[in-house]
Parts: sequence; structure tokens; C-alpha cells
Amino acid sequence: MNDALPATTFPAAAPPRPATPGPAVSVSQVAVRLGGKEVFTGVELTVGRGEFLAVLGPNGAGKSTLMKAILGLVPLAAGTISVLGRPPTQSRPSVGYLPQRRGFDGGTRVRGVDLVRLGLDGTRWGIPVGISNPARERRRAERRRVREVIELVDAAAYAHRAIGELSGGEQQRLLIAQALVRRPELLILDEPLDGLDLPNQATVAALLRRICVEEGVSVLLVAHDVNPLLPYLDRVIYLAAGRAVAGRVKEVITTRNLSSLYGSPIEVLRTGDGRMVVIGQPEAPHVHSHRHERPD
Amino acid sequence: MTGNPSLSLDLVSDVRQLVAFPFMVNALEAGTIVAVLAAIVGWYMVLRRQSFAGHTLAVMAFPGAAGAALAGLPTALGYYVACGAAALAMGGRSRPTMRGYRTETATIGTVQTVGLAAGYLFLSLNTEVLSGFETLLFGTFLGVTQNHVLVLLAVAVVALAALALVARPLLFATLDRDVAEASGVPAGALDVGFLLILSVAVAATSQVTGALLVFALLVAPPAAAQAITVRPLPGLVLSVAFGLVIVWLGLGVAYFSPYPVGFWTTAFAFGLYVVVRVGVFVGRGGARAAWTTRRGGWVVASPRAGS
Ligand SMILES: Nc1ncnc2c1ncn2[C@@H]1O[C@H](COP(=O)(O)OP(=O)(O)OP(=O)(O)O)[C@@H](O)[C@H]1O
Ligand SMILES: [Mg+2]
Repeated sequence: MNDALPATTFPAAAPPRPATPGPAVSVSQVAVRLGGKEVFTGVELTVGRGEFLAVLGPNGAGKSTLMKAILGLVPLAAGTISVLGRPPTQSRPSVGYLPQRRGFDGGTRVRGVDLVRLGLDGTRWGIPVGISNPARERRRAERRRVREVIELVDAAAYAHRAIGELSGGEQQRLLIAQALVRRPELLILDEPLDGLDLPNQATVAALLRRICVEEGVSVLLVAHDVNPLLPYLDRVIYLAAGRAVAGRVKEVITTRNLSSLYGSPIEVLRTGDGRMVVIGQPEAPHVHSHRHERPD
Repeated sequence: MTGNPSLSLDLVSDVRQLVAFPFMVNALEAGTIVAVLAAIVGWYMVLRRQSFAGHTLAVMAFPGAAGAALAGLPTALGYYVACGAAALAMGGRSRPTMRGYRTETATIGTVQTVGLAAGYLFLSLNTEVLSGFETLLFGTFLGVTQNHVLVLLAVAVVALAALALVARPLLFATLDRDVAEASGVPAGALDVGFLLILSVAVAATSQVTGALLVFALLVAPPAAAQAITVRPLPGLVLSVAFGLVIVWLGLGVAYFSPYPVGFWTTAFAFGLYVVVRVGVFVGRGGARAAWTTRRGGWVVASPRAGS
């Protein structure tokens, strides 16, 4: 167990200070339609600076769609979103993103480090040919930063192998490193714990919280199981049947709230060690059929 | 065989025989330009898994040449126009993905069929016999003029400059499209842009290797390079080196032998690819033991930050 990382793995520089005032994310009365179908409507959400927030909900509830809306990748049918005080498309350089389930198959002939490096310079045009001192110094600094984030997620042992040959969990760690490499002010992670075994879910959850605290990053992540995150979450937003409820975990995930969201009886039980079990959660098709019945 | 060039064990005299005729010097220059262009553009094509699109572009040489003959235009111009048009037709539909196979193969296949049909139509409309049909399909090194070489050079410089401009965003969008798009990389525009660069490379290459054998230079060198190394820069350098070796050997041996250059380049490309794959396979057997010991598990970090 490496409790405290060696000083070198963390940049000596202080965590990035918010360049702009105001919340990290502010979503106001947002509705999204995809393929003529309303995914959700009237969603309200605020993520404060340095907050650690999870988006929960059944399959097809629109969690990924909400993340994409916050990234400015899907158009809004109604409402407004502002990220780091700017429109979503303008704040992209300060946002790290991990999309849902991106397995690289065995034929992907590229190393993990190169993929992480692309997170840093993949948007730059031209090829790096500058041989002036500042240009060389910048490339050195970038290589150092790549090494740093790879050590931060404990992926140094396999970062130089072809990504397609790594396990899903190993790939996931490198992708988290990629999302972090530009020192984003906001991290948007779509199911970062997906495909990880239970101990690794706990480890990655702890890692994300540590990044949130030490680098001053606001974290918004999608999860299916709230339990590995319970010790760290500031708030949750629960998305179901086209609507959303946000608040503290204990206030949101309750028998009454979920039953009213789903329109059917749901029971939330707590185990002796504080874990939560949601019983009677309907499957996605049920939720969908509700939406189809709505006249458009 | 007297009077004909003959291959000897004296390499210097062989090379001297090779460059004795200007047409052979032109062919070597054209081959060199094309090998470099194809190896670099092909490296991206293989990584993007767009070989089918590349093949379709190559086939466009047929309608291109037939159409140019019908319209009374230079054949090379027909190549570039037909390839460029096919690239635009496939355009944004050819999104490469790293997982699953690609649904847009149907679009590419359709473009290919339409192209072939158009070529056949042009051919039958043309009252004159299209000369050099075999050359069109299988290539030649006779008749490469100094002018051809200059045009190829200009085309290669423009195509490679365009590729250098988009090199990193294109790599990003190829490997990790969602994140690239979320970071502001215009992935859709890059798809079309790359197909256009590829079409230029294919049209240029097919003038030396012939339309059907483009792949000797476009696929084999980068595929062999990527089997050897996963690093982008060494991969590109290796790819170019392989391409040059294939072209030089192919042209050199074809000069001394009765068999056509297309056969020789393809034979060397295939041989190289097989040797590399077998070599890598054998090499991995030994490397595997080392990996398993290096892999280990994750180091578990403790949740000390839990406020
Ligand atoms: N491009 C699209 N066109 C039409 N409908 C879409 C599109 N993308 C998503 N949807 C629909 O929007 C709804 C929400 O999808 P989304 O991917 O956001 O769900 P999710 O909550 O992330 O689910 P999961 O837990 O399975 O990841 C689904 O009903 C889906 O079918
Ligand atoms: Mg999702």
C-alpha cells in the first residue's frame, strides 16, 4: 500500500486555481432530445469547485447523454449549461473526459504512454520539430507530466506496452491518466469503475478522491453502484424516467424518492456496514416504454 | 541472353548497369518518391483500419484512366480526379473505430462497384482501344519521364505536408475518437481530409505499381513496421525503410529478369511481411516469460483523502 506517494510523483506546483469564478458546472432546466425522443427534461445540477459528485440511474436513463451535454457534444432542446463559467465548447481545454467503456482490441498497436501523451498534445496541429531551447524544454516538461500522471494512477509497470494487450482495468487506469494529463479543472468520468473487480473499484474510487482533493479538481462521475463511492461522495444526482433528483446521498437514495421517480415501489435497504441496496429497480425497457407513451 | 543486362555477383557493376539508361534512373526516382509517400500515408491507413477504403481508391484508377482516355485528357489526371471523387463519396461515412467492425464497409463497397461500372462504361463508349490496359492494372517502369517524376515529387510533397499538419489530431481521432472530439478535434473533417490524402497517395503509387498492386507499397511496409514496433516514430521510419527496400529490389531485379516489376515488388513486399510476422511470432515466445514477471498486480493506494 503506498499511502503517501513519493513527492516527485506530484507536481511541486500548487493545484490549479479556478481561473474563473463560479461553479464548475451549472445545468439549468436542461432537456435533451435524441432521435426525436426526449431523454430527460428539466434537469437542474450544480457542481461546486472541488466537489466530488456521482450521477446514478438505471441503464438508458440518460447519464452518458447528460455528460455529453455538459461537454457540448449533444445539442440541448431546452435550458442552458455553463462549465467553468463559460459555454461548454469553450471550456474544453480545462475539462478531462473519460467516455464509457472504451476497450481497445488486441490489434491496437499503440502504447499506453502515447495515448496519454495525446491527451496533452493531440489537439495541436503540425509536427513537433522545433529545436529551439523553449521548444525542447516544453517537450521535456510534457514527457515529465506524462510520467507523473502514469505514476499517479500506478500504471508505470505496463504503460510502455501496446494498449490492446492490457486488461480492461489496466486500460482504464491509463485512460484516467489521459483524462488527467492536462491538469483539468473538471473531470467527467463515464463509469470509470466499469470492468474493475471490487478491490480495484475501491482503489480507483480512492484515487479519484485523492486527485479531487490534492489537485483541486471537480469530479463528476457516472456510476452504477454507489457503494464503492459512498465514503467519498459530496453529493449524488439520480437520473430516472426522464427526471433528476440531486442532493446528499442519504437524502436522495431513499425509498420515497426512488419510488416516486420510478412510479413504482422501490426499497432502499442499508446493511450493517453502511452499504446501500436498492431493491425493485425496474429495468431500462420499462422506463423506455413510459417515454414512448408520452405524446410528442 | 547476350546483349541483355545480366545480373552478376558484382554489385557495383549491377548498379552501374541499372543506372546506365535514363528511363531506369527515372523509374528509380519515381519508385523512391512513391515508396516514401505510400509508407507514411499507409502507416495511418493501417492504423485506421481503412485498407478496404484504400483498395477501393486504388480500383478507381480504372474508371479514372478510362474516363481520361474518353475525354482526351492525360491518364494521370484521370487517376487523381477519380480517386479524389471516390474519397469524397466515401467521405464522412468512413469513421474508423477501434472496436467492432465498421458498418460503412457497405458504402465503400458500393462506391467500388459504381466506380468499376463507370470504368466499364467509359471503356465501351470509347471507340479507340484503351492502350496499356495491362500497365494500368499491373504497372510498368518503362516510360516514366522526367516530367512524371517532377509531378510525383510535387504531389508527394503536398500530400506529406498536409499529413504533417494534421499528424497529431489525426492520430488522436484515430485512436480515441470520443475523447479527441471532446477535446475539440474536428474528427469528421479529418476523416474526409485523410481520405483525400490517401487518394492522392494511391493515385501516385498506382502509376508505378499499377492499380491492383498498390498494396505492395501501401499496406505491407506499414503493417510489417507495426508488427515490429508500437511506437509511432520508429514505426514510420521502419515503414519508409521497408518501402524503399521493396521498390529498389523490385525495380532492380525486374530490370534483369523477364518478369514484370509489379510481380517483383509484390513478391518482395509479401516476403518481407511474412518474414516479419514469423520473426515477431517467434520473438514473442521468448519475450512472454519476461512479461509475466514484469506485469505484477496494481499497487493499491489507500483512501487517505476521504474527507
Ligand atoms: N444517438 C442517439 N440517438 C437516439 N437515441 C439515443 C442516442 N444516444 C442515446 N440514445 C438514447 O438515449 C437514452 C439515454 O442513453 P444514455 O447512453 O445516456 O443512457 P445511460 O444512462 O448512459 O445508460 P447506460 O447505463 O446503459 O450507460 C437511451 O434510451 C438511448 O437509447
Ligand atoms: Mg452510459
